[in-house]
Amino acid sequence: MDSLDLLMGGFQQALTLENLFYALLGVFLGTAVGVLPGIGPAMTLALLLPVTFAVGPDCALIMFAGIYYGGMYGGSTTSILLNTPGESSSVVTAIEGNKMAKKGRAAQALATAAIGSFVAGTIGTLLLVLFAPTVAGQVVKLGNPSNFALIVLAMFAVTAVLGTSRLRGFIALFLGLTIGLVGGQTGQARLTFGNPLLADGIDIVVVAVGIFAIGEALWVAAHLRRRPLDIIPVGQPWMSREDWGRSWKPWLRGTALGFPFGALPAGGAEIPTFLSYATERKLSKHREEFGKGAIEGVAGPEAANNASAAGTLVPLLAIGLPTTATAAIMLLAIQSYGIETGPQLFDTEPDLVWALLASLFIGNTLLLLLNLPLAPLWAKLLQIPRPYLYAGILFFASLGAYSVSFQPFDLAILLVIGLLGLAMRRFGLPVLPLIIGVILGPKLEEQLTTSLQISSGDFSTLWSEPVAAIVYAFIALALVAIVASGLRRPKPAAPVEEKEEVSA
Amino acid sequence: MTPTRRTRRLSATALLVVASLLLSACGVTRGGDGEANRRLSMYIPNSPGGGYDLTGRAAARVLEDEDLSGRFEVTNVIGAGGTVAMQRLLNEEGVDDLVMSMGLGVVGATYTNESKARVSQATPIARLIEDQEALIVPKDSPFQTVEDLVAAWKDDPKSVTIGGGSSPGGPDHLFPMQLAKTVGIDPQQVKYIVYDGGGPLTSALLGKKIDVGTSGPSEFEGQLKDGSLRVLAVSGEERLETVDAPTLKESGIDMTFVNWRGVLAPPGISDESRERLIEMFTQMHATKGWQDAVERNGWIDSFATGDEFKTFLVEQDERVESTLKELGLA
Repeated sequence: MDSLDLLMGGFQQALTLENLFYALLGVFLGTAVGVLPGIGPAMTLALLLPVTFAVGPDCALIMFAGIYYGGMYGGSTTSILLNTPGESSSVVTAIEGNKMAKKGRAAQALATAAIGSFVAGTIGTLLLVLFAPTVAGQVVKLGNPSNFALIVLAMFAVTAVLGTSRLRGFIALFLGLTIGLVGGQTGQARLTFGNPLLADGIDIVVVAVGIFAIGEALWVAAHLRRRPLDIIPVGQPWMSREDWGRSWKPWLRGTALGFPFGALPAGGAEIPTFLSYATERKLSKHREEFGKGAIEGVAGPEAANNASAAGTLVPLLAIGLPTTATAAIMLLAIQSYGIETGPQLFDTEPDLVWALLASLFIGNTLLLLLNLPLAPLWAKLLQIPRPYLYAGILFFASLGAYSVSFQPFDLAILLVIGLLGLAMRRFGLPVLPLIIGVILGPKLEEQLTTSLQISSGDFSTLWSEPVAAIVYAFIALALVAIVASGLRRPKPAAPVEEKEEVSA
Repeated sequence: MTPTRRTRRLSATALLVVASLLLSACGVTRGGDGEANRRLSMYIPNSPGGGYDLTGRAAARVLEDEDLSGRFEVTNVIGAGGTVAMQRLLNEEGVDDLVMSMGLGVVGATYTNESKARVSQATPIARLIEDQEALIVPKDSPFQTVEDLVAAWKDDPKSVTIGGGSSPGGPDHLFPMQLAKTVGIDPQQVKYIVYDGGGPLTSALLGKKIDVGTSGPSEFEGQLKDGSLRVLAVSGEERLETVDAPTLKESGIDMTFVNWRGVLAPPGISDESRERLIEMFTQMHATKGWQDAVERNGWIDSFATGDEFKTFLVEQDERVESTLKELGLA
């Protein structure tokens, strides 16, 4: 319980008025940039780096950690209300969250996201306190073959969200994979049509905003005259007992998925949100509600993305290894104070580390206090008359797409993808598989090419690592279970083995 | 009316964010007129937090704070490893209130992206800093010295896996290729793995997924300090104070390689404008603020202007082109 004593010392340090102010500023800024699509926590931190000249290291780090956690939460607000995901990690939230909002349950969606983020962030930070010093050395043993296997697992889970028509689901998935191919990341320019602005590929925020927000706005505009407006009902402002009952398990499962992925060198926040969504869909007692606004589909992924933010800090603090762009900039900030990062950080700067960890708990609490009362207020935003609301959404979406890389060209891409989104709605293609294809396709390819490059083309490298072998064995078992349950019953129910996914 | 109130709340939030970002990113306001109040623009060819961004913004900040220039409008022009920004700079022919931060990586990117833009077409203003490359190995690597590495490498080039944090054409890629050529290995035979920056590269080295890493040593400060990674040699003319390792020359390999960053202006500006910009950066270089920034970031001062920088730029352009041509990448 040594760690807990040190943590208490950290609380004493972090609970000064000045540090509380920076923590509050951090979560507020983080929430705000999370709300704005395109401006992510990484870019905010980079622009705020000069702040480190002016304030002490503890203040700066406390604020930065607040921005990181806040950004993970803030992205969900626009996903739910406006169908405009601010970050790639909150794309999944838009699927069920926005459907809930349209049924008048925006406040509940926002509340389950806020409380889920709090629960996951708190448990994640606790795991970080307990395990960071011991486990961090292990994560580097996972090489590209293991990462590849984990992404294959995510792809496999995705087939669960393909929707009722497998054919349409696969069409959408392959459209997404094609968009993911654009660019020259492999050294060979593909689908760039000689345009250097396409050489870095199409940013996922531009794709998500185009498909969700622009596609939807065009769709509504196309039907505005022909159909009477469905008035969005004004729902209850708070979560009911049933909402709580349906949320708490997804929160915990989302945390269990998000934390380890955040700690992995190639993990990040997107894969666990997909896995969480697929898991909840399989395990839910209200499976018929999925695609129409199931609260589990918001609670799980939102918990997963916040837990992954905590997980990211494990390798960062324990061995000085950044696994995301945001973490890399936090590392830069630490180094600009002349503090040596690496395994010795816990020994040389214990005050700083424990004050930071304590402030994560504080930041998390502030985040909940800040966002929970706002949920019913935000929900009223949807009462704006439809033309104004969609004008606002279009403005917001364009701003977000532009601020990804400040290129007007991205606005043209946004429009093209928006038209694709309109066509997909017209022909009944589900949008989630497309987004998943765009995000996972390039990752899958990168891990595969690097694995094979290192092994000089020997395919057996793919199952040479224990984690990879376990993941493949699990996929094989799940396949057998699905086929077996399909043989036993004509209408298959959820195979019990799927529960294992949580620990995989 | 309710709707207006809601919209106002939304735009107020947005405004607040933008305002706070601006406030914290900028320096102080100033009055007065003349040269010190002239507004300037700066292009940065990569995203916030990247190398050119750190150098460019540090320079802009010092220039503003020391009243050497007016306010800077800094724009990140992102795309194709800097090629997009380079092309935009060349398009601004004759514009005399614009500069761009850049470096060796941009030179390579113009070739690997098959662009017609060349850094030698722009007006060279100043080279600001440089950074050495290092050959980094895990703690228990069989290679104790560069000689060990070169012997094994010559024996079977494919047996040594090298990883770096930049894509083909970038410093971490050019360095092992030029090293291979110097010691008599066909660069085409070199097994080079691209990692997405210093983080993934560190993780691959610690996990012993690759044999050697090529990158600037400052990214591995923590790991070098605690001994989990070692440096076999550094690539510059002289040893680094912070790294206990010989130079390549001391190890009997006649080669130096530096990753550098500097500032360019658009082509076709008048001699007067060129002199004015050079003078401005020369004054900046002399300030304590800049020297502090160099030290804080672990850069090496390598200030050069005018013809010296121009000659250097042309030489670098040719050297990069010949290396990439040999690899079939240009």
